Amino acid sequence: MPIEIPKEKWTGKVRVVTLGATAAEGGTRTRVVTVGGQACMPFLHFEHPTPHPPVLAIEIKSRPPTDWSPILMETWGEAIRNPATWAAAAEAAGAEMFVLWLTLEDTPEEATQAVRAVLGASGLPLAVFGPGQAEKDNELLVAVAEAAKGERLLLGICEDKNYRTIVATALANGHLVSARSPMDVNLAKQLNILITDMGLPADRIIMDPTTGALGYGIEYGYSVMERLRLSALQGDSMTQFPMLVTVGFEAWKTKEAKVGEGVPASWGDWQQRAIDWEIGTAMTLIEAGADILVLRHPESVKRVKAAITELMTA
Amino acid sequence: MALSGIQIYKLLPQTNCKECGFPTCLAFAMKLAAKQVELSACPYVTEENKAQLAESSAPPIRLITLTGGAGKGAGGEVKAGNEVVMYRHEKTFYNKPGLFIRVQSAESVAAAEAYKVNYVGMDLTIDGFALEADSPTAMAETVQAVRAVTKRPLILISQNPEVLQAGVSQLPGEKPLLCGADASNWENMAALAKTCGCPLTVRAESIDGLADLTEKIKAKGVEDLVLDPMTAHLGKSLALYTQLRRLALKNTRSVGYPILSFACNATDELAAASQAIAKYAGFIVLSEFRPELLYALLVLRENIYTDPQKPIQVQPGIYEINAPKPESPVLVTTNFSITYFAVANEVEGAGLPAWLVVCDAEGMSVLTAWAAGKFDAERIAKAIRGFDVASKVSKKRVVLPGHVAVLSGELEAELPDWEIRVGPREAVDLPAFMKQALN
Ligand code: SF4
Repeated sequence: MPIEIPKEKWTGKVRVVTLGATAAEGGTRTRVVTVGGQACMPFLHFEHPTPHPPVLAIEIKSRPPTDWSPILMETWGEAIRNPATWAAAAEAAGAEMFVLWLTLEDTPEEATQAVRAVLGASGLPLAVFGPGQAEKDNELLVAVAEAAKGERLLLGICEDKNYRTIVATALANGHLVSARSPMDVNLAKQLNILITDMGLPADRIIMDPTTGALGYGIEYGYSVMERLRLSALQGDSMTQFPMLVTVGFEAWKTKEAKVGEGVPASWGDWQQRAIDWEIGTAMTLIEAGADILVLRHPESVKRVKAAITELMTA
Repeated sequence: MALSGIQIYKLLPQTNCKECGFPTCLAFAMKLAAKQVELSACPYVTEENKAQLAESSAPPIRLITLTGGAGKGAGGEVKAGNEVVMYRHEKTFYNKPGLFIRVQSAESVAAAEAYKVNYVGMDLTIDGFALEADSPTAMAETVQAVRAVTKRPLILISQNPEVLQAGVSQLPGEKPLLCGADASNWENMAALAKTCGCPLTVRAESIDGLADLTEKIKAKGVEDLVLDPMTAHLGKSLALYTQLRRLALKNTRSVGYPILSFACNATDELAAASQAIAKYAGFIVLSEFRPELLYALLVLRENIYTDPQKPIQVQPGIYEINAPKPESPVLVTTNFSITYFAVANEVEGAGLPAWLVVCDAEGMSVLTAWAAGKFDAERIAKAIRGFDVASKVSKKRVVLPGHVAVLSGELEAELPDWEIRVGPREAVDLPAFMKQALN
């Protein structure tokens, strides 16, 4: 007698969210990115088709990074001198969107200039993240949001300390927010409630549950993401958002990725290890339900993309 | 299917003789159902009912143990199975999937055998080797060559039972994994497994095919089986492994066995092996010895198989980062492993010397511990005094995490001869803070 394959009967579904707006929609993007829509755990096509595969973003900075691994600096070379050339190089490397990460040194004018430069250099959708200090983020992101009105940018980092300002400017200027909470299911949910309570439509929210890299707390991020996704499938509306993870940021700040000398020989080849660290982190989080992965190295983008393609076929 | 207390009661003598230490058979049955007592406490259960009770209480995924040349004990065994959940947060994953390296050459075996990497104070190593040969002589020779270098458990690969037999005969007292039985050779393979008592894999592309083979082989008296679903394709194996785990947890006995993953056959070995670790493999075969890949996989395996109920804590104490000198700064944090590693990693990565005082905050992060009253001025002061930090430094200055800036006043009162400084909230900003503000 053939064995019947048990299928989960979920009642909930992740919301579909589109980043970027074309000219017809009031923006200037030539391509948009759509994520979400899952009605089962990742890639279980026998239960439900996966309407939108995970999307790979490449992280670029408003000014050349001072603390990045030499491996990354060498790989991107001259391109990092300005955000426009970097964006073009990232698009050539297979990015489906960009995350432009602003720095503490940026003035609002410089930040908007950088955003305009990236928007001018490529038709891909764009996320703009502040340096991660609430006041500075507010200052920079409000200026950026106004300057790029209608583009459906993804604005981050929107957290409990500054969500009011970021959400207000997203509302006023037709953007989305990336809601970041510190590795906790309830805090993630609570922030989503606060944001929707301000009137931002739910299809303009991405959540960033925060994660750690391989070896640095990935298991916490992994389980929080699995729990958030399960809760979404069980019908909890305030967890039914696509998830973004800053894999490159986490993986490339580890010693494994950053340091080539004076480390144990058992760590193996530095270049390969650093890239493996990013890919290993990315693949693990994809299994937990990541929808947007922000990466740094072109080789990781290539290999994770190939893996996603394979996961999408069964 | 696990039986209820009432169902178990029906299989007991129902004489209420009290010899088990319980006043009635029913009370004993309830305890049995809750797995709080052993069936052996009742001397009067019939053999027939005993078998039925044992079957019903067997774990949903059979525990399979491979034994190497060192016998039982450290490094000599690899176990898979006995898992009880789909998601690690529901309880925990128990038996870390064994990582086996495919034997390419004698040198690679020696290098893999010697491989050891330290992670969070633990030495991680591979678990064993997988070897394939196409004739009995070749198999015997390969096994001998490998056994000259390593005692770790082995996986022997061939479709020909005679070849496997030749390998097994070189391994007295060991339990290598025989790989394996398929639709064409299963009878001879089952006979071999029965004689030598070694676990056997069954190969089939479908779940029905796997179940059909395990049932036929079990009927021949071989119970230690491992499933080889014959794919390293990411999408296919994710679906198959998930279905197998689900069926097993729903007590489908015919697939209640650990899974063997040939990640070595994948397009991207790292992607396939990472997936196999997170999603349900019991044994994983890698194509070759590559330290950077192994390091990443060994760490991932530790992470995924950590008990979520018991986060890894760091021993409270004073940690030296980059060989600090008496004038180097003193930083304070909690003993939550992520917090500790975030701080230590940033400071170490930036090449800055520092004394890191890790307080006992019951394994919580800075903010959580502070909110729970486990990371306050009193505890910090106790740590500074208890670890005798003053004797190590020339400058009595301590840096608090930015998240607990509110504690600085109280801490000044607790440590009157110390200068209290407030550092950044996030570890990532520590190097900049140390360079700019601590001179
Ligand atoms: S020993 Fe057996 S028969 Fe006697 S009371 Fe206990 S369960 Fe019942």
